[in-house]
Amino acid sequence: MAQSCRIPQGGRVRHDAPATFTFDGKSYQGLQGDTLASALLANGVHLVSRSFKYHRPRGIYAAGAEEPNALVGLREGARAEPNALATTVELYDGLIAKSQNNWPSLQFDVSEVNSLFQRFLSAGFYYKTFIGPFEKSWMWYEHIIRRAAGMGEASTEPDPDHYEKVYKFCDVLVVGSGPAGLAAALAAGRAGARVLLAEQEAELGGSLLSAPKGSASDAWLTAALGELEKLQNVEIMPRTFVWGAYDHGNYTLLEKVADHKPQPDEHEVRQRSIVLQTGRVVVAAGALERPIPFGNNDRPGIMLAGAARTYVNRYGVLPGKRAVVFTNNDSAYEAALDLKAAGVDVTIVDARAKAPEQLAAACASALIEVMSGHAVVGANGRMRVTSADVARFDTASGSSGDVVRQIPCDLICVSGGWNPVVHLSSQRGRRPEFDSRLASFVPGDPPDNQHHAGAMVGAFSDAAAATSGFEAGADAAQQAGANKSSSTLATDGLGDADWELPLVPVWDVKPGEQVKKRKRFVDFQHDVGVSDVELAHTEGYVSVEHLKRYTTLGMAADQGKTSNITGLALMAELTGKTIPETGTTTFRPPYNSVSFGAISGQQTGQHFRPLRRTPVHDWNLKNGAEMINVGAWQRAWYYPKAGEDVNAAYIRETEEVRETCGMVDVTTLGKIEVQGPDAAEFLNRVYVNGWKLLKPGRARYGVMLRDDGLVFDDGTTSRLSDTHYFMTTTTAEAGPVMAHLEWLLQCCWTDLKVHVTSITDQYSGLAVAGPNSRALLQEVFADIDFSSEEFPFMGVRETEYQGMPVRVFRISFSGELAYEVATPSGFGEAIWQAIYDAGPNHGLGLYGTEALGALRVEKGHFAGAEIDGRTSVEDLGLGRMPSTKKQFVGSVMRQREGVQDENRPRYVGLEPVNPQESLRGGALVHTHNGPHSGHGLGHVSSTTYSPALGRFIGLGFVEGGLERYEGQLVDVCYPLKGWVVTCKVVSSHFYDPAGEKQNG
Amino acid sequence: MRVTCPCCGERDYGEFSIYGDASRQRPHIDDTDFEAWYDYVYIRPNPKGRHQEFWHHIQGCRQWLVVDRDTVTHEVYGVALARDVVTLPDAPAATPEEAK
Amino acid sequence: MTHYSWFSVFAKALGGNKGWDRAWRDPEPKAAYDVIIVGGGGHGLATAYYLAKEHGITNVAVLEKGWLGGGNTGRNTTIIRSNYMIDGNTHFYEKSLKLWEGLSKDLNYNAMVSHRKIYNLFHSPSQMEGFAKRYNIMRSCGIDGEILNREEVMKVLPYLDYSPNARFPVYGAASQPRAGTARHDAVAWGYARGADMRGVDLIQNCEVTGYQRDASGAVVGVQTTRGDIKAKKVGIAVAGHTSQLAEMAGLNLPIESHLLQAFVSEPYKPLIDTVITFGAGHFYISQSDKGGLVFGGDLDGYNSFAQRGNFHLIDHLLPEGKAMVPCLSRLRFQRTWGGIMDMTMDGSPIICKSPVDGLYINGGWCYGGFKATPGSGWCFAHTIANDRPHEFNSKLTLDRFRRGYALDEKGAGPMPGWH
Repeated sequence: MAQSCRIPQGGRVRHDAPATFTFDGKSYQGLQGDTLASALLANGVHLVSRSFKYHRPRGIYAAGAEEPNALVGLREGARAEPNALATTVELYDGLIAKSQNNWPSLQFDVSEVNSLFQRFLSAGFYYKTFIGPFEKSWMWYEHIIRRAAGMGEASTEPDPDHYEKVYKFCDVLVVGSGPAGLAAALAAGRAGARVLLAEQEAELGGSLLSAPKGSASDAWLTAALGELEKLQNVEIMPRTFVWGAYDHGNYTLLEKVADHKPQPDEHEVRQRSIVLQTGRVVVAAGALERPIPFGNNDRPGIMLAGAARTYVNRYGVLPGKRAVVFTNNDSAYEAALDLKAAGVDVTIVDARAKAPEQLAAACASALIEVMSGHAVVGANGRMRVTSADVARFDTASGSSGDVVRQIPCDLICVSGGWNPVVHLSSQRGRRPEFDSRLASFVPGDPPDNQHHAGAMVGAFSDAAAATSGFEAGADAAQQAGANKSSSTLATDGLGDADWELPLVPVWDVKPGEQVKKRKRFVDFQHDVGVSDVELAHTEGYVSVEHLKRYTTLGMAADQGKTSNITGLALMAELTGKTIPETGTTTFRPPYNSVSFGAISGQQTGQHFRPLRRTPVHDWNLKNGAEMINVGAWQRAWYYPKAGEDVNAAYIRETEEVRETCGMVDVTTLGKIEVQGPDAAEFLNRVYVNGWKLLKPGRARYGVMLRDDGLVFDDGTTSRLSDTHYFMTTTTAEAGPVMAHLEWLLQCCWTDLKVHVTSITDQYSGLAVAGPNSRALLQEVFADIDFSSEEFPFMGVRETEYQGMPVRVFRISFSGELAYEVATPSGFGEAIWQAIYDAGPNHGLGLYGTEALGALRVEKGHFAGAEIDGRTSVEDLGLGRMPSTKKQFVGSVMRQREGVQDENRPRYVGLEPVNPQESLRGGALVHTHNGPHSGHGLGHVSSTTYSPALGRFIGLGFVEGGLERYEGQLVDVCYPLKGWVVTCKVVSSHFYDPAGEKQNG
Repeated sequence: MRVTCPCCGERDYGEFSIYGDASRQRPHIDDTDFEAWYDYVYIRPNPKGRHQEFWHHIQGCRQWLVVDRDTVTHEVYGVALARDVVTLPDAPAATPEEAK
Repeated sequence: MTHYSWFSVFAKALGGNKGWDRAWRDPEPKAAYDVIIVGGGGHGLATAYYLAKEHGITNVAVLEKGWLGGGNTGRNTTIIRSNYMIDGNTHFYEKSLKLWEGLSKDLNYNAMVSHRKIYNLFHSPSQMEGFAKRYNIMRSCGIDGEILNREEVMKVLPYLDYSPNARFPVYGAASQPRAGTARHDAVAWGYARGADMRGVDLIQNCEVTGYQRDASGAVVGVQTTRGDIKAKKVGIAVAGHTSQLAEMAGLNLPIESHLLQAFVSEPYKPLIDTVITFGAGHFYISQSDKGGLVFGGDLDGYNSFAQRGNFHLIDHLLPEGKAMVPCLSRLRFQRTWGGIMDMTMDGSPIICKSPVDGLYINGGWCYGGFKATPGSGWCFAHTIANDRPHEFNSKLTLDRFRRGYALDEKGAGPMPGWH
C-alpha cells in the first residue's frame, strides 16, 4: 500500500527496505528506520489511541519517550506487550500492533460518551461520589470503574523470552548521544577514561538526527562517531536507556537487545538489565518540548513542533499538508521552515508581540506567514484537527481576544519552550531550580558525581551543546583519574544560533469571552485539564503534591514528562506565588518504565533462587526419594516404596527406625568449628548452660539466647580437643547463628582468642538410628569400639574410613540408639554408600524429613515450630538448664517479668482423648468445654501420627504448662475447618521417657 | 551504596548484612545491671545524620565493620574493622561476696 | 461545607465547578489549644477527627511540617487487613478494619475502601501450619479468615506459577476476605476535611522545633517555625521521625528509622483483583483502581531518612514478583519511591502516654502504618482524651520492652531491621 505521507527519498530511513506491519488488523507499509509512530504517520494515520478517562480520540504527539498519547498494544499471545510507546517502537517487518482502551473500535468508542459528561467527571469527582448507600457500596461501583480504567491489556501467559542482568564498571558514563553527549564521550575517551556512552535510541546523534539530511551537522556527526568507534576505551551502547541513579555511582540501565525484532534470535535475550558502577557521569539527556494548553489541544493532528520536525527530517514523513505552528519561542521556527521546505503550507502563530527579525525575515523569504501577538485558542475537528481558531493574545496577562481567523489545517505544531531533563539529577535528591530566563526547571548544581551538559543546562544550539559536553567530558575524565586532555573540539557544521531569551512563558491560553469554551489539556494521558487545576485550587489542594495527587496530573505512564511543569506553573499563577515558591514534585526512578523480566534476568523459574543440594542429593533422586524444599535446601521428604504415599512411607520408615535401623541425611544442620584457647569460655557465654567441664570426646546439648533473653537456637556441640569444638545448629538458623558468633567475637569480645568457621557446606552429615545402628556402624567403622562402655551416649569419636576422615557422634534426635556421622562433603556420598551397602544385614532403611519429624515429636524434642523466636527456656521446659554460676548472652534480660510470667504458654504434649481423632499443627488450645474464643490457652505447634503409640499426638504450648494442666482436658480447636478435638495435656516425652533406648 | 571493606576493597552494599547502631557500648558479660542491658538492647539514638553502624561482610570476608555513614545522604565517611575500633567495657565491680 | 454526593457534583458542575468549598481551611495558628497533634499524616488527622467526633474535643490543632498526608500516608502500598495473631495486635487491627468498613460514609469522602481479599501464599506444609495458627487465632477472635489448598488457589488465582518450573510451588494460601485496599491520599483528605468541619485547625508548613515545658517538666506547648503555641496536651504522630520528636522531650525510644521502597507499574486493564503475598520471599502486590500494579517487599536494610532507596532491593524483589506471577515479566514498573519506617524492637507499634507529662506518643508503625490509620487515630484520641489507653491499645505501650512483653509477630527479636 502506498505510504501517502512519505516524502520520496526523504529522511534518514531506509527506502530500500520496506517493512509490512498491521495496526488494528489493517496492513500498512513502512520502512526500516521508522518507528511505529512515523510509519503510521507515513500512512496518514494520526488517530492511534483513546485517552484514559474521557476516551477522547488521540494522535501521536511527540517523537520520543515523552509521548503521552500513542500507547499501543504490541505483539500478540504470550509476547503481547501493553502500553508500548509507538514513538519508541522500532518498526520491523511483521510488526503487529493494536490500539488500546476502546470498545468496540478505535474509531467508534462507546466510552467517548464520558467526554460529554466531562464537567461532572472533573478532578476528584470520585472522592465525592460512589459513597453510599451502604458501607461497602464502593465494592460494587469499583468493579465497573476498574474495567473502564487501566490502559493496555496484559497477557496472562508466561513470557517465552529470556533476559539477563549484567554488571559493568566504567570511569565515565555518558547519558545521551546528542552533540553534548558525543562531545563528552570524545573528551573523556581521548583522555583515556573507560567510557560508556548510552543512547536510548537505535541510532546515535540525538537532536542532530532531526536536522534535514545533508545538513552541515551530518559531517560533524559522522566524524564524531568515526572517532568514537576507533577509541577502544569507549563502549557505545545504543538502545540503552539509563533509568536510575543510585547512591555512590550506582546507575541502572536497560538495554533493549531484541525489541526491534519480531522475537529474539535463538539464544539471544530480549532485554538486558545493566547495573553499572561508574566514577563520574555526564548527563546530556537534552530537553523535552512542552505543550501549551488551548481549547481541544489534544486532537489528533496536534503535536509538538520539534516532533513534527523530526518526522519530516529524520523519518521523511509529512505529518500534515497544512500546518499551523503555535509557539512562544524561536525553536519552532526551525520546524516551520523545514516543514515549508518539505512542501507543507505553514502559518506561524507566535504569542510574542514580535518575532525576532532574523526569523521573521527567513519566514518572509520562505513565504511563511507569521502572526505575532496571536495564539491558537482552540482546535476544531474531532478525529483529526481541521482548523485552528486564532485570536489576539497578550503574553503579559495571558488573555486572548475574539477569534480573528480560523485557519484550515490538518496539523498544529506546538512549542511552549523546553524543559531540561532533570530526572537523573532529581533522582539523586537534588531539587531542580527554576531558571526564569528559560522559564524552566534546570538541574542546578550537579549532585555527587554528575556533570551536566547540553540542552539540560540551557545550551540549546548544537555548537553550544557540544562545547559544554566536551568540557563536562574532560572534567569527568579528569576527576575519574584520567589525564586532562589538551585536545580541542571542532564544532564546524554545528549550528550556533541562540534563541531569544528570556523566554516568555505561555502556560495557558485562556479563551476570550466570546470564544467557545473547550477543555484545555495539561496532562493528556490522564485527561487533566486547566479546569482541573483550577478546581484543585478552589478546593484547597494547592501544594504541588496535593495538586498532583488530587488531579492525577503527572501520574500516568509518561510520569508527567510533558505536563508537570505546566501544571505547577498554573497552580503558581492561581495562588499568586512564584513558581520556585510553589516548588516541584520529585522525579523518581525509573526514567522510562522497566519490565519485571529485565530486572529478574536469569533469576526465573527454577533459577529464581539458588538450590542448595546435599552431597547425597543425586543419590537420593536416583533412589526414588521425594524431595521437599527446606529453605533454599532440598531434602529427602520420604522414600516411597511401590504404591506408597507420604503417609504410608513415613509410617513404614518410622517403624524401621524403631525396630531395626534407618539412615537419614542431616547435612543441612548448621556446622561450625569453634577453635582457640578461649573456646570453652566463649561457649560458656554463648550457651545458657556450662561448658567448662565438658571433656574432649564428649558432646553436650546447648541452648543459646538472644540479647533479649528469648531462645535463639539449640544444638549439640562436641569437644574434639582442648581447643577445638564442633557446634551444630538448626537448619534454619545456621546462617544467623554463624553471623551472631562472628559478631560476638569481632564486635563484643575482641579479647577472646577464638576462631569460628562455618563448615555447613564443607561437611556432610547423616544419622543412623535404631537398635541395630550400633552393629551396623561397628561393621563399617571397625576402628571404633562402639560398645556402650567405650562409646557412651553423648560420646564423640574420630576415625578414618578408607582414608576419609569421619567424626561419629552418639547423639539422638529420635530417642533411639543413634549416631551421627560427619565427613567432608566430597566424601559424603561415599560414606553414605558404605553404610548403605552394609545395611541389608541390619535391616537398614532410609528415612526422610517426614519420618524424622514423627520420631522427634514422639520423643518430644522441639524444633523450628517450637523455637519460633518468642519462646523462653522456661517455655520450653528447660527452666533448670541455665547456669546460675555464670552470665551468658541474654541472662539479664531473661529475668524480666514478662519473660518469667508464669501465665506464659509452656511446652506440653497433647493427645486426643479419642485415639481415633487426629491433630493438626496450627490449632489453638482452649479451655475444655469453655468458650472457644479469643487467643485461648495456647497452640499446637507440631503433630504427627505416632506409629509407636498408634495414635495422633501433638506438641504445643499451654498457659502455665504441665504444672497447671498436666492430666487435664483441653479443647484443641481449628476454627478454619470447624474441628474441635478434646485432648489430654501430657508430658511431651511420649516415647521412652526414661531414655533407656538412646542411652542403652 | 558502596562500602570500602578494609579487606576486600570497594563493594556493593548488597554483599553486606547491616546490624545497625554501633555507638552503644555493650555491657560486660558479667555486668548484671538491668538498666545498662535494657538501654543497650532496646534503646537507639537513631540519629538523622552521621551514624556509626555495624556491617557484616557476609558475602565476602565475613569481617564485621564499623561504617560511619550519613542516614540522610547515605554518604560514607569511613570504614574500619570492628575489632580495631570497638572498646571493651570495664568488668563490673566485684560484689562483696565475690570479693571475699 | 458542601455535603458530597452525586447531587452536589452535578449541581456544582452546572455552575462550572466554581462553587466548591475548600476541603479544609488554611487557618493561622492560635495562641493555645486544648490538644496539639504533631504530624498531619493519616494518623494525626484521624486522631484529630476522633478527638472531635468521639470525645467532643474540638479546640485542636494539627501541625504539619510539609503538606497533609505527605509522609508515609502518601507513600504506601494501600493495603488494609487485620490478620495479626499476637494478643495486643489482633483486636487493635480488627478495630481498625471495622472502622475502614464504614469510613467513606462516616467521612462523606470516598476513600475507595475495597475489600478485595488478601491471599497469603504458603509453599510448604510447615509454612501452612504457621499460617493456620495465625488464621485460627483470627477466627477464634471473631475475625474472618480462610485457608485454601493448592487446587482452590488455582481456581481463584489462575495466573500464579503452577508449572513444574516453579522453584517454590504453591502449597496453598490463607485468605482474609475483608482485607483489601483503600485510596491512601483520600484517607488523609477525608479525615482532614472531617476534622476541619468539626473545628480542628489544620496548619501546614508548620514545623515543631521544640516543646514548652513547665516547672515540673510537663509539656505545655510547642515551639514551631510559626511561633510558640500552648497546649494542654501534645500528641505526636510523626512515624518516621518519632525518635526526633521524642528526643526533643528528652526521650530515647526503642526505634530505628528504616527505608522501605514501593513500586507502581504502568496502568493495565484488571489483572490482579486482589492482594497477594508471596510466601517464598517478601513480595506483595495488588492493582489500583486506576490499573497500576502496586507492589513492595522488604526494607532496604539500613537506617535511613533519605526517602530514596537503592537498586539492590529492586534487584532482589522483582524476581519474586515474576516467580509468583510469571506474566508480570513483560509488564513494566513506572515509579518507585521510598518512605521512612519507624521500626520498633518487636515490629509492633506504640500508642501510649509518654513518661513525660502532657506528651503522648503514637509511632513505631514499622511497615504496617497505613492499615492501622483509623484504629490508630481512634485509640490515640481515646488515650489523649482519657489519659489512659483503650483496651485495644492497652498492650501497645512503650514499657513493654522494659517489662518483657514484646509483641513479636515475626519472632525476629530486638532487631528493628528484621521485622
